[in-house]
Amino acid sequence: MSQFSDYAWMILDGTWVTVKITVVASVVAVIVALLTGVARTSKFFWIRLGPTLFVELFRGTSCYVQLFWAFFALPFIGISLTPFVASVLVLGANVGSYGSEVVRGAIAGVPRGQTEASVALNFTKLQRFRHVVFPQALVAMLPPAGNLFIDLLKLTPLTSLITMSDLTYNAMAVRQQTGSTFIALATILVGYFLMSSAIAWAIGRIERRASRGLETGPRAA
Amino acid sequence: MSDRQLAVEFRGVSKLYGALAVLKELSLSVPQGEKIALIGPSGSGKTTVLRILMTLETIQAGTVWVKGEPLWHMPKGDGLAPASEPHLHAMRRHIGMVFQHFNLFPHMTVQENVARPPQIVLGVTRGEAEQRAQDLLRLVGLAQKGASYPAQLSGGQKQRVAIARALAMQPAIMLFDEPTSALDPELVEEVLAVLRDIAIEGKTTMLLVTHEMSFAREISDRILFLDGGAIVEEGPPDQIFSDPKEERTRLFLKKIIAAGHRID
Repeated sequence: MSQFSDYAWMILDGTWVTVKITVVASVVAVIVALLTGVARTSKFFWIRLGPTLFVELFRGTSCYVQLFWAFFALPFIGISLTPFVASVLVLGANVGSYGSEVVRGAIAGVPRGQTEASVALNFTKLQRFRHVVFPQALVAMLPPAGNLFIDLLKLTPLTSLITMSDLTYNAMAVRQQTGSTFIALATILVGYFLMSSAIAWAIGRIERRASRGLETGPRAA
Repeated sequence: MSDRQLAVEFRGVSKLYGALAVLKELSLSVPQGEKIALIGPSGSGKTTVLRILMTLETIQAGTVWVKGEPLWHMPKGDGLAPASEPHLHAMRRHIGMVFQHFNLFPHMTVQENVARPPQIVLGVTRGEAEQRAQDLLRLVGLAQKGASYPAQLSGGQKQRVAIARALAMQPAIMLFDEPTSALDPELVEEVLAVLRDIAIEGKTTMLLVTHEMSFAREISDRILFLDGGAIVEEGPPDQIFSDPKEERTRLFLKKIIAAGHRID
């Protein structure tokens, strides 16, 4: 019995690590997506250049390779990251780069008449963005953002390659020690499903709040 | 010339899209308080005149003056330099615009659409802005709709909210870009009734682009007939509609009547 509770603790411990990586990396992803996504709507080439290169770099190489680089290659140029910091920065930058396109597309999708109306009301550029464009773009961003947070959760097992003891890693350890493959695998199946359901539920709630006024009719009001 | 200050003046303004000239060295002047209707076939440049005034379109030649100050230029030495964003911001406070497609903010209630812009832009206190929004919504007959969202309103109601929103900024010059063209026929009159009230009140300078000829005739002091990016003919409404001097004006009015519209 005491052995069973040991294994249960390993699973819970791994779940906690997975949750921590997912939450912190999601925050990093949101920051990356918003900064690069907004910058890429600029009409100035020099403002778009850096964020575009960053996004293409992280979308064009695999998360797997990026984790190795962050943890094993960066120390050669004097940057040593803990496994946790390397994990959240890489997953955040990777998923945030996909999110960048979501942000850029949602902002571009706000009808031009909305910007024109706010020019006519003499809003400054910042006021147009804050009070008119962003609140409407946010509604369009949320469903794809929900998918990306779930994608991020599903990338977390990769972090075991740089020594994180996440849910998948610990479940595999339990499987090896107990030999009960079915129970170990069933546990992580249910675990990931519950966590992704929680993300979908949370995004759904935020979506309902953000789309007040927008759900009853066409966008062009 | 009269000694009334000009609200709006165009001096030799040209607007080009590539090789296409939408306005060709157009000149016009509008004294303060005057109600002007711009009529003409589609593509004649009448909407462009309003969009240039609202700083939504740049110009390629000439100068535009609003209340004696250059709009698209700033004084620099003896000459003029292109306007900076702060200059445009300072000039826009004189001007408000009502759009053909309303362009209400869909994520704000009717009340917020009217009350928020003065708070954000003019720094009016919340209590004052809310009070003024209610007065304006009453003026346009929508006092009961403050808590609704734009998507819950008819086209005519949306346009009346848009008019209230523009008035809330207290512009000296109001631009109306085909305010009834996107409306179902039975909703046109409720919007015209509101415009009539604003026109009668008198202080505001109005530039109205419209296809509602009898309404233009009723409320305007002067009609400008545009075709091909230039003013073909201008004059008092009765003269333009009853005794047009130019062949192109006659032809245009004939087409309007043939299409079943009244001009009297």
